[in-house]
Amino acid sequence: MLKGKQTWMFTNKPVILETGVTGGPFEANGEIAGDFDILYDDLWMEQDSYEKAHRHLMEKAVELALEKGEIDKEQVQFFLAGDLINQVTPTSFAARTNGIPYFGLFGACSTSMEGLALAAFITNYGGADYVLTGASSHNAAVEKQFRYPTEYGGQKPPTAQWTITGAGVALVAPNGSKQGEYPHIVSATIGKVIDMGLKDPFNMGGAMAPAAVDTILAHFKDTGLTPDDYDFIITGDLGQIGSETAHDLLKQKGCNINKEKFKDCGLMIFKKDQPVLAGGSGAGCSAVVLYGHILNEMISGKYKKILLVATGALLSPLSVQQKDTIPCIAHAVSIEYGMNS
Amino acid sequence: MGQAISYFYIYFFNFTEQTAGGPTTATMVFLALLMTGFGFYDRIGQFAGAGSAVPVTGFGNAVISAAIEHRTEGFVLGVGANMFKLAGSVILFGVFSAFVVALIKTIYLMIGG
Repeated sequence: MLKGKQTWMFTNKPVILETGVTGGPFEANGEIAGDFDILYDDLWMEQDSYEKAHRHLMEKAVELALEKGEIDKEQVQFFLAGDLINQVTPTSFAARTNGIPYFGLFGACSTSMEGLALAAFITNYGGADYVLTGASSHNAAVEKQFRYPTEYGGQKPPTAQWTITGAGVALVAPNGSKQGEYPHIVSATIGKVIDMGLKDPFNMGGAMAPAAVDTILAHFKDTGLTPDDYDFIITGDLGQIGSETAHDLLKQKGCNINKEKFKDCGLMIFKKDQPVLAGGSGAGCSAVVLYGHILNEMISGKYKKILLVATGALLSPLSVQQKDTIPCIAHAVSIEYGMNS
Repeated sequence: MGQAISYFYIYFFNFTEQTAGGPTTATMVFLALLMTGFGFYDRIGQFAGAGSAVPVTGFGNAVISAAIEHRTEGFVLGVGANMFKLAGSVILFGVFSAFVVALIKTIYLMIGG
């Protein structure tokens, strides 16, 4: 049901039945290593290119989600996913492997919530019994496409972020399709593209912050809720600089969120002493943190209602070279657990 | 470090202060190639910044890192076509600026002489 200008309320409250989360060697040393289902100890993952390793991450995450949920892939109607590589090939090739009818998505690092919002919408209205949705990124494959060769000794500024290696997939189903208590998807706010004229591809957090702010404000306006209704508001991958900018901007607009409650996936995934500059980023970042870490914490009772705002910078290496600015987008999805009991 | 290598050539081989530059440069580039291949030049780069990017070692690193990166696309279209994607502009503008300087010098000598 549409509420306000750009928000869907999922009155049937579809559930996230199961998740599959894979990660790379850098994530294995990170803060939330325990929340991954599988961690690889090298970036190649026994494949002969980084792009194939990227595909493997996604294939494995899908396999794990189905296996843990005890659902056969024949039962799943749709697969909605994406990544950052040209023409979304890693995900499309993974879709070839699993043979599930497929929507390829691109929303840069906001793909995870774009997929979850659409999956919830489809299941909420009886469009499917089971939908798989997710996003992934691979550090070396993304660096190769967007920046310099991995072994090139260029210096990065402290505002730059570290693209994570990982894939997060969720199995979404209508409420009541399986006995038991599961996290419910209650609403989603779809963001519009915001461009504040920033051009520095090494400070994407700063460029994305206004998009996150716009979507968060739209969410509160449309739903009539306030920050106090949420236990936790998490942005996708704004990093250190972007997260602080977003917090300040929200305050300026009269939306005061307690800093303890306002976190960023890019800052949660790695340990403080890892050399990741301003924090983690990449399409897989919000997917692995939500589907791995945060859902586990919700199920353990730490949070009841959260808002995840995944942010994406919609640039390409070409647009940067042609001196274009960086348009950004953010999508928010609200999830609750154990509210009825 | 470059100085040490250049002394090495002066003392142990038949090089003078002027001619030792060539082999010193070649050795430094070779060391950079090795370090890139073993995967720690990029870490030095993050720490040293321009110190490792501007000298000739940065050039070796730019060439070899691109070559390693595109190995998966094959030898001709991968390594061959991408090897100089970072370093190519250095060569182009290096040769071009040398040409311009030589031209200025030639004109200056023509007018002066």
